[in-house]
Formats: sequence, C-alpha cells, structure tokens
Amino acid sequence: MTERLQVRFEALKKEGRAGLVTFITAGDPNPETSLEILNGLPEAGADIIEIGMPFSDPMADGPAIQLSSQRALNNGASMAKTLEMVSSFRENDDATPIILMGYFNPIYRYGPPGFLNDAISIGVDGLIIVDLPPEEDDELCHACLTTGLNWIRLTTPTSDNNRLSSVLKNSSGFVYHVAITGITGTRSAEIEELEATVKRIRTQTSLPIAVGFGVKSQSQVRDIGRFADAVVVGSALVNTVKSALERDLAKQQIASEVHDFVKELAAGLR
Amino acid sequence: MNSTAPITDSYRSGPDDSGHFGIFGGRFVAETLMPLILEVDRAWQKYRNDEDYLADIRYYAEHYVGRPSPLYFAKRLTEHLDGAKIYFKRDELNHTGSHKINNTLGQILLARRMNKHRIIAETGAGQHGVAAATVCALFDLPCVVYMGETDIERQAPNVFRMKLLGTEVVPVTSGTATLKDAMNEALRDWVANVEDTFYIIGTCAGPHPYPEMVREFQSVIGRETREQIMQYENRLPDVMVACIGGGSNAIGLFHPFLDDSDVDIIGVEAGGMGIDTGQHAASLTGGQPGVLHGNRTYLLQNDDGQIRDAHSISAGLDYPGIGPEHSWLHEQGRIEYVSVTDQEALDAFQVCCRTEGIIPALEPSHALAHVMKIAPTMSKDQIIVMNMCGRGDKDVFTVADALGEKL
Ligand SMILES: Cc1ncc(COP(=O)(O)O)c(C=O)c1O
Repeated sequence: MTERLQVRFEALKKEGRAGLVTFITAGDPNPETSLEILNGLPEAGADIIEIGMPFSDPMADGPAIQLSSQRALNNGASMAKTLEMVSSFRENDDATPIILMGYFNPIYRYGPPGFLNDAISIGVDGLIIVDLPPEEDDELCHACLTTGLNWIRLTTPTSDNNRLSSVLKNSSGFVYHVAITGITGTRSAEIEELEATVKRIRTQTSLPIAVGFGVKSQSQVRDIGRFADAVVVGSALVNTVKSALERDLAKQQIASEVHDFVKELAAGLR
Repeated sequence: MNSTAPITDSYRSGPDDSGHFGIFGGRFVAETLMPLILEVDRAWQKYRNDEDYLADIRYYAEHYVGRPSPLYFAKRLTEHLDGAKIYFKRDELNHTGSHKINNTLGQILLARRMNKHRIIAETGAGQHGVAAATVCALFDLPCVVYMGETDIERQAPNVFRMKLLGTEVVPVTSGTATLKDAMNEALRDWVANVEDTFYIIGTCAGPHPYPEMVREFQSVIGRETREQIMQYENRLPDVMVACIGGGSNAIGLFHPFLDDSDVDIIGVEAGGMGIDTGQHAASLTGGQPGVLHGNRTYLLQNDDGQIRDAHSISAGLDYPGIGPEHSWLHEQGRIEYVSVTDQEALDAFQVCCRTEGIIPALEPSHALAHVMKIAPTMSKDQIIVMNMCGRGDKDVFTVADALGEKL
C-alpha cells in the first residue's frame, strides 16, 4: 500500500489535531487554474487532497460539484488530463496524500488495470469510487488493493451495524463518513448525532475516520475536528471558484481566493 | 430429467441473485442509496409471489386500467403492405394512454405495503410521469416528478395533465436537462428523503431489482398476447416487434416468448437523424458497455466515458442507455436490434393514422416503421405482432411542427 496516508495520519496524531481534507474538481474551471489551485493547497493548510474526476452524470453530488464537473468538462477535462495534473503536482510535493474521487464509468472506459497502474505510478494514494458499493467489489476494489492503492469507502447515517461491517471489510486508508443523508453540499449535520455515529463506527474499525458532506465553515470544521480524525470540505471550495469566476477574476486571483479560504478553514483545526 | 432443476439454458432465467444478466445489470449505486435499494429488494422478494398483492394488481389492472388490452388484426394496414398479417397489441388503450401504467400500478402497490408515504418519479415524454401521477391520485399519495426542462417544453400537454392530477413537476436544468438528468435528480431526492419516499422508476433500467421488477409488471403484455394469438391463430407469431427507449414495453411483450425459438424478436431503437450523424438514441447500435444509473449496460458515451446526449424526435426514446437485460439479449443474439430514423417514424405515424384510424405515439411509430419494412418481404400466412404501446395525443404538436403546420 502507498504509505503517504498512514504517515500523514500518524503525524496528525502526534500533533494532536484533526486533518483537513480539501476537495477540488480536476480541471475546474480550466486546466491551468486548477493546477495552480492544487499546487497551493498544502501551503494553505490542506493535509490531504481529494481530487474529483469530472463525470457528466454525478448522481451522488449536489449542484455545486455538478457545476464544477460541467465547467471542467466544457474546458477539456479528461481522465488523462486529471492524471497529468497529479503528476505535475508530484514534481514538487511527494508527501501530501492524494485521493481520486469519481464515478466508475470513465475508469471502465479507460480500462481498470491500466488506470490502476497509471494512478499508482504517478503518485495517487487512494480511490473513492462513489458508485462501486461492496456488492461490486470484483469490478475494481480487489484489483485496487492488490495494486497497492487504498480503497476508501463511504459510510452513511443509514449504515446500520450489519451494513457497516460489509462496508468496512475491504476499506483501507481511512473511512469517509457522510454526515448527512443526501447529496454533497446541501444541508448540515447535527453535531451531537454525528459524534455518536462516529463513535459507533470506531467500535468497528481502527482506520482513521474523516467526516464530510455539508461542511462549509471554520466553526463546523472546528466542531467536527474535536471527534473526527479529519474533516472534508468540498462544495464550499468549489463554490469559491464559482463565485470568483462570476466576478471575472484572473487565474492567480481565483487560486488565491481558494487558498485564503483553505487557510481560514485550517485555522479551525490549529 | 428432474423437473425442479433450474433451467440454465433458458433466456428467461435472469437476473441472478445479485441482479446480473451476464455482465450487465448489477447495483452500481452510492452507499447513500444502498440501504434504500436493499429495502426495495426485500419488499419485492417478499411480495412478488404474494397472492394478496397479485390479486390487488389484477383488480386494478382490470377495473381501472382496462386490461386485457385487445390484440387487434390491422386488416387495412396488412392489405396496404401486402405481406405478413399484422397484429397490434393495443396497450395504447390503457387508462392514461400507454403501457407505463402497468408498471406504476405494480410499484405503488408495493410502496403502500412498505408504508412509504411519498412518491417520486422521473419522466421524459411525460407518459411515465402521468402514469405515476395517476396512481398517486388514486391512492392519495403526494407525488413529485422530475422532468428535464427541454422535455417540459416539447411535452407541454403531459406537464399540465400531471398538474391536474395533483403532482408537483420539478424542472431539471442540470446536465443536458433531459431524461437522464431527471433520473439523476430523482436519485438525489431519494437519498435525501430516505425514510418516507419510494422511487417509481419508469423503465427496466436502474439498480437491481428495478429491471426485473419492471419487466415482471410489463410482462402482462406478453402473457395476454400469447393467449390471444393462440385463440385467434392457434399458433405463435413469426415475428414480434417493439420500440425501445429504456426497453420496458419491449421486454414486457418479448419476455414470455424468449424461449420460443421459432419466434423472431426485433427491438427498434431510435435512429434520430441517422446513426452516422451521431444524433440518435440507439444505445445498442451506436453505443458501448458502460455504467450509469445503477447498472452496466450499453450507453451512448465518448471515449472518456462521459455520457453523450441522445437525440430522437420522440421524447420517450430519448435516453442514452437501455435496460441491462436487452444488452444481454443483444450479446446472446436472441433479439435483433435495429434502428429507425425520425423521418421513417414520422412517415409510419401518418400511414397508421390513415389506414387504421389510430393516432400512434411517436415511440411505437418507430416499431411500425420497421414493420413496414419487413411485412412486404414476408408471405401472407406469416404473422407479425407489434406493440402499439402508446397513443399519439401527446405528440400532435411535435408532429405538426415536423410537418410544417401551425396549430
Ligand atoms: C408510448 C411510449 N412508448 C415507449 C416508451 C419508451 O419506454 P420503454 O422503452 O421503457 O417502453 C415511452 C416512454 O416514455 C412511451 O411513452
């Protein structure tokens, strides 16, 4: 298994704080700006980076991430370009873990074995493939783990203990707990309930637990960081890109607005 | 031979327990959706053979929908084409004007047994939306129908019908604002309303058990046809033809005949402006296997796995995928899949109006266009059965527009 995730979570534990996972969509709003955003994330305070692979039909995502995928695709995003982007990031950063998140069809077309080999060789650490539940583990999960990439899965408020054990079975790297029933970027969770659920998941796994969906502000990041090992922010970052675009900002300005927001979020964990 | 042994050489034995027809089908959904799918599956397994449930379906099918639908000998069309005898299975005479209500009835009766108090659905042409809105009115359940903005414009009469029936129609603007996006949006609604909501999918696609469930509800078409043709002709037809959007009317007619090797079966996809223009909705003829909306099946897509927009003059066929069972039957070679262009469908539409006094929907007009190609090449003692799965009232504006007439 690639080791960046494990090393990073151990370091966070020593520091005594939760990590910040930032989500961006590859190629949003265009390849150059997206790379500029990506390159500045670690310095702004991202501990782990999750990169969305754009898909035309992201059925588990809310409007913010749908629109970001659409912007990226309209400006020429592709699987090959997403991998290229990770590759150029790795030229200067070999420590920050990178997780690719997306839907199965683009990988299926790319060819699963080729995709896994390309991903690990350019420095990807794990995959979250939204529409591959444990029932479909033969499609990619087993090969992914054999290749040495982490297979990260979502748990949800509706995962009962039975379901949890099948979800956790082939999980590695960390567990991504979805804070709300619903899609990305919509409502926010009740903190007490969330904490209780995370506690329940801990009784079944020793993997670190990241919490995401609906996290928008520094205060939410701080609250969740008290009991989770990492906090994921996605739609709110992607919305920052959207709002910068609506004001016609230049590439550097778009990137620095995103980075400023990441700094603000990261401060909630320090 | 032991008669209780499973028939493994049957085309009718799928799907397996995990919902696969060969490599097609399955359950490709987010974990957020998985508990819901499993709950539907448990209910479906519990009730699918339940006498009380089946009696309920039969009661409403007979007294409310008007089943059985006639198998009608289209005498003038047969004479006009001067070849094989043509029969129409007249599901356009069902209440609400298409086969879609066979399915919404089965699903809402299941939803009631699951104590679900809110119904959602997606729709393209609006026929499924109307059929869902209708049974929701009948059983007094609130209903939300997701419909692409593009389809709302071209199917205005159906949008108003849904409103009259008390349904909320939500315009979908994401993606390409058509049926596939309406389905994405319905799935998003479902994961956000896990406790009380049942999703009535309109065709034999989606995650397991939907493709199987929808097929079972629609197979009433084929079962009746079998009885009727035996009664009228004392033999099975030589050829059966149906149009394919997601494939539910087709699988409903075909399924009871899949193991009758003397019956040739033909599915007709929407060829739009022609397959080589790229402007079509023919997933089998012009697509490749992929994964969308919870199942593996043939899809219109680019080399990067992004889903392509479908095109058809008929909103009900305008979907970039097809039910997984059809993908399997295609690869098995059991069913022949062909395509018919917008223009050919329009021509067939007009022939049907004038020779038979039946205004067909644009969807079965595709099936009819293919019947018009093959009937003249067949002998007069041969028999074709075509699924007349919908009536054309909803399409008169589209057709007027295509013929350059102002209403
Ligand atoms: C009359 C009619 N026929 C056919 C279809 C296509 O669906 P399916 O292929 O599932 O029968 C529709 C869909 O709206 C329809 O309204």
